[in-house]
Amino acid sequence: MSAPTKPLIPLAGLPRNELGLTVRDYEGAMSTLCAGCGHDSVTAAISQTFFELSTPPHTIAKLSGIGCSSKTPTYFVRGAHGFNSAHGRMATIATGANAANRELTYIGISGDGDSLSIGIGHLSHLIRRNVDMVYVLENNGVYGLTKGQFSASADIGSRSKRGVSNDIAPIDPIMLGLTMGATFLARSFSGDKAQLVPLLKAAIAHKGTALLDVISPCVTFNDHEGSTKSYRFTREHEVKEIATDFVPWQQEISMPHHKDDAREVTLHDGSVVRFRSVPDGYDPHDRQGVEEYIRQRHARGEIATGLLYVNESPQDVHEMNHTPEVALSKLPFSRLCPGAGALARLQDDLR
Amino acid sequence: MEPTNDRDPQYFHRVVDCQWACPAHTDVPGYIRLIAQGRIDEAYLLNRESNVFPGILGRVCDRPCEPACRRTRVDGEPVAICRLKRVASDLKGDIAAALPHAPAAMNGKRVALIGAGPASLTVANDLIPLGYDVTILEKYHTAGGLMRVNIPEFRLPAEVLDAETQVIIDMGAVVHYGAPVESMRELLTQDYDAVFVGVGAPKGKELELPGRHDDASGHIHIGIEWLKSVAFGHVDSVGERVLIIGVGNTAMDCCRTSMRLGGRDVKVMARRPREYFKASPWELDDAEEENIEIVVNHSPTRFVIEDGVLVGMAFDVVEWDEGARHATVLKSVILPCDDVILAIGQENAFEWIERDLGIDFGQWETPVLDEVTLQSTLPNVFFGGDAAFGPKNIIWAVAHAHRAAISMHNYCQGRPVDERAPLTMTLESQKMGMTEWSYHNEYNPSTRQQMNHVALSARFAAIDLEVELGFDAAQTAHEVQRCLNCDVQTAFEAPLCIECDACIDICPVRCLTITDNGEEGDLRQRLSAPATNLDQAIWVSAPLPQTGRVMVKDENVCVHCGLCAQRCPTAAWDMAKFELDIPYAANFDILGQTLRRATDVLTRSGR
Repeated sequence: MSAPTKPLIPLAGLPRNELGLTVRDYEGAMSTLCAGCGHDSVTAAISQTFFELSTPPHTIAKLSGIGCSSKTPTYFVRGAHGFNSAHGRMATIATGANAANRELTYIGISGDGDSLSIGIGHLSHLIRRNVDMVYVLENNGVYGLTKGQFSASADIGSRSKRGVSNDIAPIDPIMLGLTMGATFLARSFSGDKAQLVPLLKAAIAHKGTALLDVISPCVTFNDHEGSTKSYRFTREHEVKEIATDFVPWQQEISMPHHKDDAREVTLHDGSVVRFRSVPDGYDPHDRQGVEEYIRQRHARGEIATGLLYVNESPQDVHEMNHTPEVALSKLPFSRLCPGAGALARLQDDLR
Repeated sequence: MEPTNDRDPQYFHRVVDCQWACPAHTDVPGYIRLIAQGRIDEAYLLNRESNVFPGILGRVCDRPCEPACRRTRVDGEPVAICRLKRVASDLKGDIAAALPHAPAAMNGKRVALIGAGPASLTVANDLIPLGYDVTILEKYHTAGGLMRVNIPEFRLPAEVLDAETQVIIDMGAVVHYGAPVESMRELLTQDYDAVFVGVGAPKGKELELPGRHDDASGHIHIGIEWLKSVAFGHVDSVGERVLIIGVGNTAMDCCRTSMRLGGRDVKVMARRPREYFKASPWELDDAEEENIEIVVNHSPTRFVIEDGVLVGMAFDVVEWDEGARHATVLKSVILPCDDVILAIGQENAFEWIERDLGIDFGQWETPVLDEVTLQSTLPNVFFGGDAAFGPKNIIWAVAHAHRAAISMHNYCQGRPVDERAPLTMTLESQKMGMTEWSYHNEYNPSTRQQMNHVALSARFAAIDLEVELGFDAAQTAHEVQRCLNCDVQTAFEAPLCIECDACIDICPVRCLTITDNGEEGDLRQRLSAPATNLDQAIWVSAPLPQTGRVMVKDENVCVHCGLCAQRCPTAAWDMAKFELDIPYAANFDILGQTLRRATDVLTRSGR
């Protein structure tokens, strides 16, 4: 089966961003995933996000591991840098890339298999180091590429397409993130770009690891009755109590400001995330409170989405390690490689 | 908004912009696809079914389809629909077997058609196969009407005209040539069951200015009369300096004809600025290509005659206000000339219809008609073409005549004249496989092909040298792929949709949206791309099963690529070929035998 191509049609009046680019300039090759895959919607949301942010494509680095989700960086921002790494190793490659060039915008795409099985160790350490990147976990509860076995995020009682029930407890990436000290945790749904695009923008503006757990139904192996990661189940059980608006830093805040019920978080680049609504007593900075809230929702069989936790103050990997302010490629060679004399002095210090 | 009722044939009909704009509702995408597939005979026959004269119209149609073409809204230039029609005509083989023909037995009814122009010939085409005894009364010695006498041969060669008129006459019409009807009263005493008036609007408008009737009047001509004299060989020369007054399509034919009869300095004189010209843009282009000057803002005041010789014409040079309603005279000029041709319009001439016959005439000397049935106030008399509502064009004449033929058939069979079969449609899925469609769905970025013309240096050698050469094979191959297949409709089944957004993400023109329902004005603003073209419908689904939101499609720039249907995991979207079934007189056959489409005949006979 050959994939169709999406033709470029020269419509007059196509919206252009500050760089003069259209959203089509933020697309990539044609997806070869199954028709109706949630991942394709996430891809479209990412294209839309970078288009709206007017991010120059060459300042973006997109990374992935192995799996259906990990194919998708090919499908957005064709002008970006890319690295398709080994299974579960996206987090490590991203850490290394970020160490070498801190000036790019990093977006890693992974799945529940890539991140929560083979790659869970790397993901954990990425979060610990607070590497400045967006980590999108396209979560469908199955191994789609190997015909639909349960993954580590499958809920207890969820039924496979063949009718088998899952008995092993799931790993919730948000709970994992809370445990590992993540600084930005959000959950969303591929079928809801109105929520997903602002969350992606906030994640990009955030300094440190922004983990987005995106429920992204597998239309081929996990969209049936009995599945807890289907389009219908997600829509019926999603709870959107936490609603946020994203205000880019250049834009004047003109929305009404209520001191009592609106919390604002100023992100690293000056953008603002405003919580339009939160449940009573909810504090997105309170790690334990957030954990408790998610646990309660989960116990009720509900899926809480939105920007669940954010903490803008901690240091990222560069600050922790006192690395240079600029990309290594911009350092003069004499600083990057100070020579045999400097090495000898260092060794002397250690004697 | 309420869910769109796309089971009403008019909804999808409107999506096929060209077919909707065509007075005869020719299935344009259908015949372009047939050409693309090399099925030229079928393409010609599909055309002929609705517009009867594909070879003629493929050259000189007013082509209302082209400004309407969706391709214009996509890349700025419409598909060359008219030229492709000519391709079908030029390349067709022997299609005689597939043409309608008279039945073995006549039905005993006699009808008279006055004038052998496009309207009457279309009536004959529709009624002869039903067994009518058709008599055509033509004032000249040849058939074709205005197509013969007003359209010069360098635009419409005689053999093309002869072929398409004669094929109808050969079905069995009795034509009396050189037989002008001088009295309707007298005609009505003859034993006809119904009479059709298709005499056109044969009278050129006069311009009563000082000098018009002086001795030099031999050098002042009325455009359509002059063109007729040229067509019949009575006029074969004109002075070197010619002024054409008026800037409609007749003026274009007059100026270009002048260039072929000895004119060297030919000017078309317009009172108003260019945006108010009546001539079709391509006819203006063709004239200007032949070095004819079009002079704007010159209002004629008198003919300048010296010693009984026309030496020039005086004009006021004017300046118009906004909207070109009021003119201010700046100065007067005299342009020298040898001949003046008046091409400022034409009108009906019904002095031969006595006013006490029961045929009522309205304010502008046009007959009082029922707009649908074209029946006059005298029940057995019907009108069509320019004779009906004043000067329009050939394709309108054909459209009228199809309707009038149904009315005449009803009348002669004793049915209510206004009885009409319902407009129906077929919608047929084009899905062949996961990513395969039975139509060529890929968007092709080709630009509009330019018509090749005879070189300027050679073109004036003879008046019957056709200027347009037609598309060659390569041009045709490119141009057919520019058609956006607007007849292959996006058909949606709301109950199947799982709202995965795949169609929305894949759509290359962002014409799809899933959103909460609302009023049309509000909804138009909330789409993936705002639907600002109010001439184009937005389609709204029934509420979707999972969220109750609606699928909305802006029809404006959909390129019918089928990607939505290709990416739909549940086949909620499908691409379905829409075919409009327009009732013709043949569909009212009293024996209940619906005549098949001509294309079906060919298919069944294995061609």
